Amino acid sequence: MAFPGGKRGVASVASLAAALVLGVVVWAVWPSGAAPRPENMRISVLDGPNGDQPVSLDATFFPPAGGGKAPAVLLAHGFGGSKMSVRDQAARLAGDGYAVLTWSARGFGRSTGEITLDSPDYDVRDVEQLISWLAKRPEVRLDAPGDPRVGIAGGSYGGGIALMTAAYDKRVDAIAPSVTWNDLSTALFPDAAGGGPENGVFKRMWAGIFFSDGSTLTAADALDRLNAPAPAAAATDEQVRCGRWLPAICDVYQKIAETGRATPEAVSLLRRSSPVSVPGGIRIPTLLIQGQRDSLFPLSQADANARQIAATGAPVDVAWIDGGHDGGDAEIDYVYDLTRSWFDRWLDHATTPASAGFAVSRDGGRDPGTRRPTVVHASAGTYPGLTGTARRDIAITGPEQPIANPPGGSPAGITSVPGVGGLLSSGGGGVALDIPGQSAVFESAPLAVTTQITGSATVRIRVQGEGEAVLFAKLYDAGDGALATLPQSLAAPLRVAATPEGTVATITLPAIDHRFDAGRRMRLVLSTTDLGYSTPAAPAVHHVALAVPALTVPLDAALVTPATGPAWWTWALPLAAILIAAAIVVTGRPRRGPAEPPSEAAAETPLVISGLSKRYRNGETAVDDLSFEVRKGQVLGLLGPNGAGKTTTMRMLMGLIHPDAGEVRIFGERVVPGAPVLSRLGSFVEGPGFLPHLTGRDNLDLYWKATGRPAADAHLEEALEIAGLGAALDRAVRTYSHGMRQRLAIAQAMLGLPDLLVLDEPTNGLDPPQIAEMRRVLTTYAENGRTVIVSSHLLAEVEQTCTHVVVMHRGRLVSAGPVSTLLASGNGVGPRLEDVFLTLIGEPR
Amino acid sequence: MTAAGYAPGRTLPLRVEIVRQFRRRRTMVMFGLLLALPWILVLAFQFGPAGRNSGQGALRLSDLATQGGLNFAAFALSVSASFLLVVAVALFCGDTVASEASWSSLRYLLAAPVPRDRLLRQKLIVSLGYSAAGVIALPLMALLAGTLVFGWHDIRVPGTGEMISASAALPKFGLVIAYALVSQLVVAALAFLLSVSTDSPLGAVGGAVGLVIVSSILQAVEALGGLREFLPTFWNTAWLDALAPQPDYSGMVKGVAVAVTYSVILFAIAFRRFRRKDVVS
Repeated sequence: MAFPGGKRGVASVASLAAALVLGVVVWAVWPSGAAPRPENMRISVLDGPNGDQPVSLDATFFPPAGGGKAPAVLLAHGFGGSKMSVRDQAARLAGDGYAVLTWSARGFGRSTGEITLDSPDYDVRDVEQLISWLAKRPEVRLDAPGDPRVGIAGGSYGGGIALMTAAYDKRVDAIAPSVTWNDLSTALFPDAAGGGPENGVFKRMWAGIFFSDGSTLTAADALDRLNAPAPAAAATDEQVRCGRWLPAICDVYQKIAETGRATPEAVSLLRRSSPVSVPGGIRIPTLLIQGQRDSLFPLSQADANARQIAATGAPVDVAWIDGGHDGGDAEIDYVYDLTRSWFDRWLDHATTPASAGFAVSRDGGRDPGTRRPTVVHASAGTYPGLTGTARRDIAITGPEQPIANPPGGSPAGITSVPGVGGLLSSGGGGVALDIPGQSAVFESAPLAVTTQITGSATVRIRVQGEGEAVLFAKLYDAGDGALATLPQSLAAPLRVAATPEGTVATITLPAIDHRFDAGRRMRLVLSTTDLGYSTPAAPAVHHVALAVPALTVPLDAALVTPATGPAWWTWALPLAAILIAAAIVVTGRPRRGPAEPPSEAAAETPLVISGLSKRYRNGETAVDDLSFEVRKGQVLGLLGPNGAGKTTTMRMLMGLIHPDAGEVRIFGERVVPGAPVLSRLGSFVEGPGFLPHLTGRDNLDLYWKATGRPAADAHLEEALEIAGLGAALDRAVRTYSHGMRQRLAIAQAMLGLPDLLVLDEPTNGLDPPQIAEMRRVLTTYAENGRTVIVSSHLLAEVEQTCTHVVVMHRGRLVSAGPVSTLLASGNGVGPRLEDVFLTLIGEPR
Repeated sequence: MTAAGYAPGRTLPLRVEIVRQFRRRRTMVMFGLLLALPWILVLAFQFGPAGRNSGQGALRLSDLATQGGLNFAAFALSVSASFLLVVAVALFCGDTVASEASWSSLRYLLAAPVPRDRLLRQKLIVSLGYSAAGVIALPLMALLAGTLVFGWHDIRVPGTGEMISASAALPKFGLVIAYALVSQLVVAALAFLLSVSTDSPLGAVGGAVGLVIVSSILQAVEALGGLREFLPTFWNTAWLDALAPQPDYSGMVKGVAVAVTYSVILFAIAFRRFRRKDVVS
């Protein structure tokens, strides 16, 4: 008989997996609310120094998802982008309940006008008029007539306009500029020795990229130009030279790019487009997000902004993210969350918990599942600036070293290459290239303790020689054997006037957040060339030495990473699982009634079946209220047609099947799965069960060992004699014929000479002599006070072997008693058991 | 009253079960495969077309396999952990009860009688033992093969190419093997549960392997985010963290937690099911 129990198990696991997959898919693709419908429009503004130049701005307004009057956010795009670059972010903010206006700045996208570098005369005036436009929208909350509640966010060029507008228009209530500048002149002409932009080293590669970005006319630009009021038939020389740049800016750029030095006009032009030109102008809550991997607008630019705005008393938060103009993880979601909670707090005055004053994104190792780098956010209550909350001096050593500036500045060392910075760096550090002979190296001893630098380290050097020397200072994380990495691939350029007696310069190294592990070395490298900068063309040799043999490094112990210890569930989950498992096992324990000791008489009765019923899951009743008993010395024949319930009864008798009602008692003890009294039962039910890869002898041997009983009790030889397998006993069972297996199984049932022997169709597959032999064996077996139960459908068999007989039909007991009585009760139907049997089960003869 | 000399606590001794399972062709073939794989890999590295010189770009584990015995063993473990070892463990644990059911020998053991809980416990111990032996045999043989062929050198870490001395790496390697064992526990538990639920040994093995495949596929669905951490296979490669210059054990801790959670519950269900089951095979 096969029941669907096994398949059900597999099916239930499969359906569980299917349900899991389905749930996951539904969860992943479930639509998340209706998006607000954005409105595209053109907004006409007047700007220029006299406010008389008409510009048409291409804009999109995203109404707040919640309806009603909401605070507004102006979302500005980066250089070279357009309003489309911030579309996703805008839709998200609108979904979170803000009225969002995006626009293409003048000179970008489909807006008209020239690129004016966030100039107060142009871009700022445009945005002021956008704010006035917002004030007229019914969806926008007003602080006063014409004064909407408004914040500005944006990255890089967009961050610049956020700061500049905040300085010039008092209606702005909060800003969240990211990866942007405080002073364009120091950003493009940095001097780590503090000499100011006029003395700075020109960041020619970045400048070139931006200039060319603004001067190329894309196809869309060209089309717009054709549709513009004064269509140009073909690009003029002027257009090819300056593209969409304002000619005045274009002229200045071309001059500085040619000489590599900042002219006073250039500095004043760049500063006019920079927050540094409006000290005290920004007095509103400002969230400054700056990239750690940014050689264009390094952390020092945000630091200058922070100091300038905090000086007015306005709240300033600073976040250093993992990314920036040199690539890396831009942390789009994190930046969005920071920006949104900043506006929630300062525009909506929602009760959001106060943000951390200073947050730094750090390497969080790798996600074990995806093997991708992860970021953790360390935070502190206040922003300490680039000098940290504490400083430590790290001794570094190295002799005075001569370094050469190659003629023409080539070959040049490489740190970060604008636009491809991400290629060279991986994780928090990059691999940089220093040309031998062009660089001096000073190194610390292996660090005794792990040192986390947060800010700008400083060092004093002496430069000997003649003329001016341009140097690039880099602080490597070096170790023995492994490649040295340059944190964030940043270099600090400086220009010093070398003198024969030596010029001392204090270098402020690039601001970084980097952990130098114990055992690593801090390595200061000063080199003469860098691909990204404009360096002197004249060949020169300078001698570089340390003026003070120490690096001063800033530390910020207040920065704490959220506990990276084991997540709470790593201990809670297994603990809960163990409890659940215990509950599963304990509740599954079969309930046993109090074990009443069997009476003396009952203990002598080999088998008592009373009221036994079993119904299978498909509803078929296999055994129905069966009761009979078997006494010592009997050979009982269990008779019945197929499906009468004989096998089911035997299975219950062996404790393999749980009865629905009634019980089976063997020698007075109730049969439950694994009941110890089963050790007095020998059984052969529904065919043999052997391990096919073992020999017959090993099968019997291992079976007996599995019972755990002494080997001497097995009476193996007697059993083997019954099996009569001869030499075949040492062959693997899989080679046996049906009859051989059958005989081996009967031998197994007789191992240990059990007091009660149950055999199901024992003579199946045996030849006549073997049947006769089996008959003799069974009779002898019972003569020694043991009891045998034989099920059979061969009536002649039962008639010849059995003393007693039980007849079953459709699960019910039909008749029970000695064979002789049964034959006598035949009432003239004939002397044969077959006739009696057929009468009993109601079949026509 | 029981038969003379019968004690439930003495039934189905472990060594009997070990012998019963050991002589199976399936066991032999699986161990043969696990022990032969390192040598096959050695041959592949020896006679394969000369690869690119390592040292260019990011160093992968496969680029470093020929650096020495330890590197080779780590490589062998990494290529086999996701599938071969899963199949081996699923085979040892999924086959154990289901095959007895399919041979009909289960009912004679139960009527011997071996108490059901005890039968399951002994079979579980033996099949976990075979699984552990299989999981350990592969990296140990790889270590032997790698050391004989590529020499005994310090381990070179993928990614940065840093060196860790062999003496420092050896305990870590033990830890890696231990973790590989624990992370296979879910497969073992699921296979075991299926084994008591079905009469078809291959169904139990296939079901367990199938679930691992489904879990690995779900793992690739990034949209699931943090939920993926609770997939049974998510942390299977976390042992790579132990070989990093700065070992990070948090992934392994999570992996152990997830593996223990799933397996304990699955084992409990297996015991409950088997105890209440009508044995009809």
